[in-house]
Amino acid sequence: MIDFGELWGKSLRTIWAEAALAALSDAGVDSVDMMTIGCMSPGLFVGQEHLASLLADELGMTGVPGSRVESACASGGLSLRTGFAEVASGLSDTVLVTGVEKMTDVDGADATYALGTAADQEWEGFHGITFPGLYAMLAQVHMQRFGTTSEQLAAVAVKNHANGLLNPHAQYHLKVSVEDVLASTMVADPLHLLDCSPVTDGAAALVLTTVERAKELGGDRPIIRIAGSGLATDTITLANREDLAELGAVRKAALRAYEMAGKKPSDMHVVEVHDCFTIAEIMATEAIGLFDPGYGASAVEDGLTSLQGKIPVNPSGGLKSKGHPVGASGVAQVAEIVTQLRGEAGQRQVQGATIGLAQNMGGSGGSSVVHILEVAS
Amino acid sequence: MSVGIVGYGAFIPRRRIKLEEIAKVWGADAPSYKRGLQLHEKSVPGADEDTVTMSVEAMRNALARSGGVDPKEIGALYIGSESHPYAVKPSGTIVAEAIGATPAIHIADFEFACKAGTESMFVAQGLVKAGEVKYAVGIGADTSQGAPGDALEYSAAAGAAAFIFGDDDERILAEVLHTYSWTTDTPDFWRREYMHYPRHGSRFTGEPAYFRTSMNSANGIMEKAGLEPKDFAHAIFHQPNGKFPMRVGKKLGFTKEQLETGWLSPWLGNTYSGASPMGFTAVLDIAKPDDLVLLTSFGSGAGSDSFVFRVTDRIEVVRDRAQMTRPQLDENQIYVDYGTYAKLRGKIRMAE
Repeated sequence: MIDFGELWGKSLRTIWAEAALAALSDAGVDSVDMMTIGCMSPGLFVGQEHLASLLADELGMTGVPGSRVESACASGGLSLRTGFAEVASGLSDTVLVTGVEKMTDVDGADATYALGTAADQEWEGFHGITFPGLYAMLAQVHMQRFGTTSEQLAAVAVKNHANGLLNPHAQYHLKVSVEDVLASTMVADPLHLLDCSPVTDGAAALVLTTVERAKELGGDRPIIRIAGSGLATDTITLANREDLAELGAVRKAALRAYEMAGKKPSDMHVVEVHDCFTIAEIMATEAIGLFDPGYGASAVEDGLTSLQGKIPVNPSGGLKSKGHPVGASGVAQVAEIVTQLRGEAGQRQVQGATIGLAQNMGGSGGSSVVHILEVAS
Repeated sequence: MSVGIVGYGAFIPRRRIKLEEIAKVWGADAPSYKRGLQLHEKSVPGADEDTVTMSVEAMRNALARSGGVDPKEIGALYIGSESHPYAVKPSGTIVAEAIGATPAIHIADFEFACKAGTESMFVAQGLVKAGEVKYAVGIGADTSQGAPGDALEYSAAAGAAAFIFGDDDERILAEVLHTYSWTTDTPDFWRREYMHYPRHGSRFTGEPAYFRTSMNSANGIMEKAGLEPKDFAHAIFHQPNGKFPMRVGKKLGFTKEQLETGWLSPWLGNTYSGASPMGFTAVLDIAKPDDLVLLTSFGSGAGSDSFVFRVTDRIEVVRDRAQMTRPQLDENQIYVDYGTYAKLRGKIRMAE
């Protein structure tokens, strides 16, 4: 992945190509059979659709099969899922899996509108609610049901910013305290500014191939295989959910990934979850089964998910600190897990990690993608 | 022969609106706005105050300090503003008539977002230096626009500063030692024809526009002059809010003491073309002879004019001859509510 941030001097195609070239170089390949691009809304953010052809051309690979996939903020995870299916089905041997979003070319109102298209426009968007409001409602339910506190939400931001300080690619390198979070501007009660992930330009890329070819290319580095892949949908509109205290799509996607991998939550050594808001991390860690419903908040507060904790969550800094270029986030999460399982994460390395999970989510949980990765034997 | 300022003056409308009053209307969190932008209140032009009237007021103060400059000897008068009352028809002609400087005079209205004021100063002093005119006037004045509810509405304010440049040594109160401009095409803020309010690139207006441009301009003139921050008694930067000028000053190596005299924005707001020139008039009000002063403006689009001035003994003689800047800011305020403010700023659509 590339350094995330407000990359005003670079265009979508430039940041995408930088990430793609870095991944191809890392893998030691100069051609692929297919490329997938996760991108939520290039049309609204930069006025550009038809990305696969545009980006193949940018990379000097005109003619290669390409597909842009979209599932709101889970577009990156879906990009990997699509690439995985290509290789697993035998359609392709080697796939360039990418995600990209260029979000800072528009102002805040236009960015909010573009992101808002991931909500149900007829039942939510047209009535004026935006994502901080939707997640604030999820947080309110969680607080009422389980007694989750604003301090516990803030603890997610504190932890992820502490991790982000150790990630050179992160958009924000700043230490924040619980007091900082609680004193920051109230966006949608109970979510303060520092409970929210930022608007970010970024791109990330992976090269996927068969384990056999990976072993030929891999040299001395560990081969990381996808052990499980799970994808699920839920109602987009919160009004149609049976229970707002759980993320059903995440639970289903995780169950499918665990089943395929033959693993269980307690087998995981390192996890990246979709912390677009602090409440989202808490609910995601419950939905993927790391903690029982209602215990995700106290787990953060007790340090169970910190870098030295029982199960480190978002060692990259998460979307919160690393930044959240929506289409790229799902790929960047997996890039972090691969880096961790290779033992190449430097100061933020989770010692001895050989199995990891990445959970990516669209909208307010209307879709989710979960991948389980492990060091191949 | 040296060229410098022979008269200066500022004008600030009496009306103010508090940031809380604006935030209340839009459901915004006033404490975080105050903390984030370091803004408390801003000036509001009255029903009979606009760029032209404020320019006349500031110009009268400048003439009062000029030791008897005959307006007929003013050979050029330039007003920089982005709120000229007419889209087509100059502001400068009205001001020149009002002060008795017509008809043998060159007039132009300047526009370059918030740096139009220093732009007029830049050209005025240049004409005097070239020997084209005996005296030339540069004015920065604005009744700035900010769309209702936009972040700009918390800062867009009204005020004017006027400077008469000349080359007669006995009258010069601040000599122009150096000038420098740094300009690129950086579209961070704009208003197209027929638009009521400007648009801006949100956070893009910060690092790549304001900070990059201001820093390069200030560093450029210091390099040209062979000076360092410690050589200056005062430094003034453009003041779109309370935070930016202090941050850019500190990044360049200036101390709070060097910056705070000209730092008016927390209580004045952003007077756009008038902003850094009014900070400069506040500095001249208290500056000592031989003080070196750095003035660095910023205009979106984007560019920055920098000046190094050396204050002379003359300042002690003339500064009390007209109203100073700080008292206009700190005294006799009339606080208005949002409804009155909306009426005064033409934000209410009237029957046709």
